[in-house]
Amino acid sequence: MAVLIGISSGEGGHKFSMSDFLQVINRVLIANEGWKVILSGLGKTIEIAFFAIIIGTVLGCLFALMKISTIKPLRWFANLYTTVIRGIPMVTQLMIFGFVIFSGKNEIMVASLAFGINSGAYCTEIFRAGIQGVDKGQMEAGRSLGLSYPQTLWKIILPQAVKAVLPTYTSEFIALIKETSVASFIAVTDLTKAGDMIRNATYNPWVPLFTVALIYLAMTLGLEKAFSRLERRLAQSDRS
Amino acid sequence: MIEVKNLTKHFGDNAVLNGITETIQKGEKGVGIGPSGSGKSTFLRCLNLLESPTGGEIWFEGKNITAKGIDIDAIRCKMGMVFQHFNLFPHLTVLQNITLAPVTLKRQTKGEAEERAKKLLDRIGLLDKADVYPGSISGGQKQRIAIVRALAMNPDVILFDEPTSALDPEMVGEVLELMRELADEGMTMVVVTHEMGFAREVGTRVLFMDGGVIVEQNKPDEFFSNPQHPRLKDFLSKVL
Repeated sequence: MAVLIGISSGEGGHKFSMSDFLQVINRVLIANEGWKVILSGLGKTIEIAFFAIIIGTVLGCLFALMKISTIKPLRWFANLYTTVIRGIPMVTQLMIFGFVIFSGKNEIMVASLAFGINSGAYCTEIFRAGIQGVDKGQMEAGRSLGLSYPQTLWKIILPQAVKAVLPTYTSEFIALIKETSVASFIAVTDLTKAGDMIRNATYNPWVPLFTVALIYLAMTLGLEKAFSRLERRLAQSDRS
Repeated sequence: MIEVKNLTKHFGDNAVLNGITETIQKGEKGVGIGPSGSGKSTFLRCLNLLESPTGGEIWFEGKNITAKGIDIDAIRCKMGMVFQHFNLFPHLTVLQNITLAPVTLKRQTKGEAEERAKKLLDRIGLLDKADVYPGSISGGQKQRIAIVRALAMNPDVILFDEPTSALDPEMVGEVLELMRELADEGMTMVVVTHEMGFAREVGTRVLFMDGGVIVEQNKPDEFFSNPQHPRLKDFLSKVL
């Protein structure tokens, strides 16, 4: 840590000690209540990511089912959705939502919607691949027993698909949390923006930025752990 | 019981079935044999509409099941099917595999279905496997459970699509033995297989398919001892 600080610090010319380090932390994050800014930014990041992942997952399920449907207009519409959303940069989409479609609306809500709709397109592809990855014989076996298409889908195909897509779904979840760091483009003071504001106010770049980085890391790491736990539980039937 | 009238099936330009007219009586054990690509599996899969016929009609228990607006799920409840690759549901235990369809379709209560499933498992000597997942049992056991799963719906006929072709040689016997028992109990069966011994001993009628038509059919003794058509003679000389 001392080496790191030595390189990146603009705090005076002398060598750094532990107490200097604490002093800087105190000056940048505590004394001026910078931690409150960070905390409020974190809250907004979590809020946006939380609603976005719900919207994205719901849209993903819906459009994935449309993509595998036999009804052509539904397939066409779902393809249009994924093509358009995946072909435009996130920031551009976010700004279109923020300044054109929902101009003047609550920016947290707008950001949640924009990130959710964006994530939904990726979830669609993840879920579609998962459903289509289930052996064809499973659908045939279900149907041959007299189960309807929706019954077979719900009881036989989806449980297996969910298990198969969990790792990629986790990555999408984590990617989404990181993506929200551009929310400030539509004037949301999210975690990244909060760090940036403190940097501006204190002329110290490394304390706020590393703090922010560590918080992101803690969130993504925690999610990864939670999902791998879920994965292990679902893998029960694979064990002999 | 099953009446097939001038059945045709094309996959694109590829004509797989070229006009099959055939009747399966109640209690019959019809065994279809023939070279690969002769259309015998496609014929079987057309009987419960896993493949939709290009032309012709299929009547089952007095109903035209190829007619528009027919409730195919209700028909399939009466027509069990056993697949080459078993198609057990890997995310469900052996017991759940058997009870899923009767319970989902409200044919039996959960308790009734489980009791019956256990009786069936006991009969094939696999009661101790009730609570394990299909991943941990042998191919022969899987196929016998797949047969029991079909039986749990109390079908009037069971279609077997090369039920022993994916099995290790030492497991073929146990599956054929169970099929033989069902035959002895009077179950109507349509079997597509490469097991000539089974066709001879259990079949009440053997049908030879080649090029998408039924080339020759007869009672097993006559069929094997006195084949008429040169293609059947050629085929038997290769496989016997």
